[in-house]
Amino acid sequence: MPTIEVAGKTIEVDEEGYLQNRTDWSEEIATAMAKEDDCDLTQNHWEVINFLREYYDEYQIAPAVRVLTKAIGKKLGPDKGNSKYLYELFPYGPAKQACKYAGLPKPTGCV
Amino acid sequence: MAQDKPKNPEKHSTFIPKEKKSTKPFHDTPMLDQLESGPWPSFVTGLKRLAHNNNMMVDLMGQLEHSYKTRLGYWKGGTVSVFGYGGGIIPRFSEVAEMFPESKEFHTLRVQPPAGNHYTTNMLRQLSKSWEKYGSGLIAFHGQTGNIMFIGTTTENTQHFFDEINEYGFDLGGAGPCVRTAMSCVGSARCEQSNCNEQKIHRTLVNNFIDDMHRPALPYKFKFKVSGCPNDCMNSIQRSDFAVIGTWRDDMQVDQKEVKAFIKSKGRKYVIDNVISRCPTNALSLSDDDTLNVDNRNCVRCMHCINVMTKALAPGKDKGVSILIGGKRTLKIGDTFGTVIVPFMKLETDEDYEKIKEIASNTIDFWAENGLEHERCGEMIERIGLVNFLEGIGIEVDPHMISSPRTSSYARMDDWDQEAEKWRQRKQQAAG
Repeated sequence: MPTIEVAGKTIEVDEEGYLQNRTDWSEEIATAMAKEDDCDLTQNHWEVINFLREYYDEYQIAPAVRVLTKAIGKKLGPDKGNSKYLYELFPYGPAKQACKYAGLPKPTGCV
Repeated sequence: MAQDKPKNPEKHSTFIPKEKKSTKPFHDTPMLDQLESGPWPSFVTGLKRLAHNNNMMVDLMGQLEHSYKTRLGYWKGGTVSVFGYGGGIIPRFSEVAEMFPESKEFHTLRVQPPAGNHYTTNMLRQLSKSWEKYGSGLIAFHGQTGNIMFIGTTTENTQHFFDEINEYGFDLGGAGPCVRTAMSCVGSARCEQSNCNEQKIHRTLVNNFIDDMHRPALPYKFKFKVSGCPNDCMNSIQRSDFAVIGTWRDDMQVDQKEVKAFIKSKGRKYVIDNVISRCPTNALSLSDDDTLNVDNRNCVRCMHCINVMTKALAPGKDKGVSILIGGKRTLKIGDTFGTVIVPFMKLETDEDYEKIKEIASNTIDFWAENGLEHERCGEMIERIGLVNFLEGIGIEVDPHMISSPRTSSYARMDDWDQEAEKWRQRKQQAAG
């Protein structure tokens, strides 16, 4: 089982770097994961990541991209409610990259 | 020829290169080997050929044999993508990577072919070379999705391969809940029956929705297919959510001299048995002087007579397209054919092309707003009703959408007179 080390702690991840246990998540882990992808987490990134975590806590499922863009637009303003904005933040796809940093389980299906 | 002998054993074995460049010894694969003993060239021979150059394929064959033995599949999905794209890659990770480490990652890339699949041999060589450099060498040309499927590469090389082919003009196709790679028939370049510019329609539609193809955010897949004539070589009615089919609205062209020549060479009986009596609507009749009469009003464009008597008969001159929406295979409900939404439209000027773009984007927008998760467009129409759908995309009902109202489940007769009056007014307005 692959692991990553953050702040002296060893954390189990799968072969693509998704957390095995969601309870392991911390902000430092998200930052460390992003660093590996050469991505510096800004306030804009955190807005999306925190939204994903809240959504998951409420519904126990990661939102579909369309739901995500709409909800982001509603919460953070219409200029941010489009997939272009999300892809600028997370170039490998919000469903994949953002979920990974947020410590959500790997999205299923061919997204 | 005996059924259990390879059809062409000498040629068959020449597929295997003499020099072995792979450094890994082959796994023992008795079950795969048996598949090579059939009368036709086997995919196993193909895999072996590739395995001579590539350790990845050696382990792939090992895993396949293991799968056959245990009767289980060992591939699981993942979330690989290239920079800036959300779709286009089918990730595959091996669950038995400890036994077969070389094929641990075996991702597939979907690459869009040119419209109408018009390649130059140079393009094909370029693609093969790039794939040998970064992938397994295994290519499905083309898969059922219409894409070129480049099967088998690692997560790292996915990006390298994409960068290289993108450099010389290829782009990834769609995978996931998005607009998928479109398909168009070979069209007017090679086919006399063509009624429209298939390639231009294909490009217009795809280029307009390229964002929806690379960044999946729709309820489910959405496919465009373009066929140049009602032969529908792309099977667009059955297989696409948005089918564009070339057709004509004037009379079929008949060259009576060629009709006579055809009858002379084939005989009257042949023509009656194979053309006249096979017309599904009995719209053809053969006169005593060997001329052909066509009842164009009752012709349903089945294309049979035109396909048989290629010299004598041809589609009419006033050409255009029909648009059918909602075809799909079984998902939430059983298979559906596309429903005629636009009975006939001309596609010649830039405004015409703008109009087809508009219909397509209205359809996708409406479906994206109203479709449920994992629901195809045709299923949404079935759920909410065709009239609501037409209203949603801003298309007025038209009697041409149905051929026989009394047997169509879409037609209601209770407010027929008012609706007919409305239609007459719309027609007058359009004319005025």
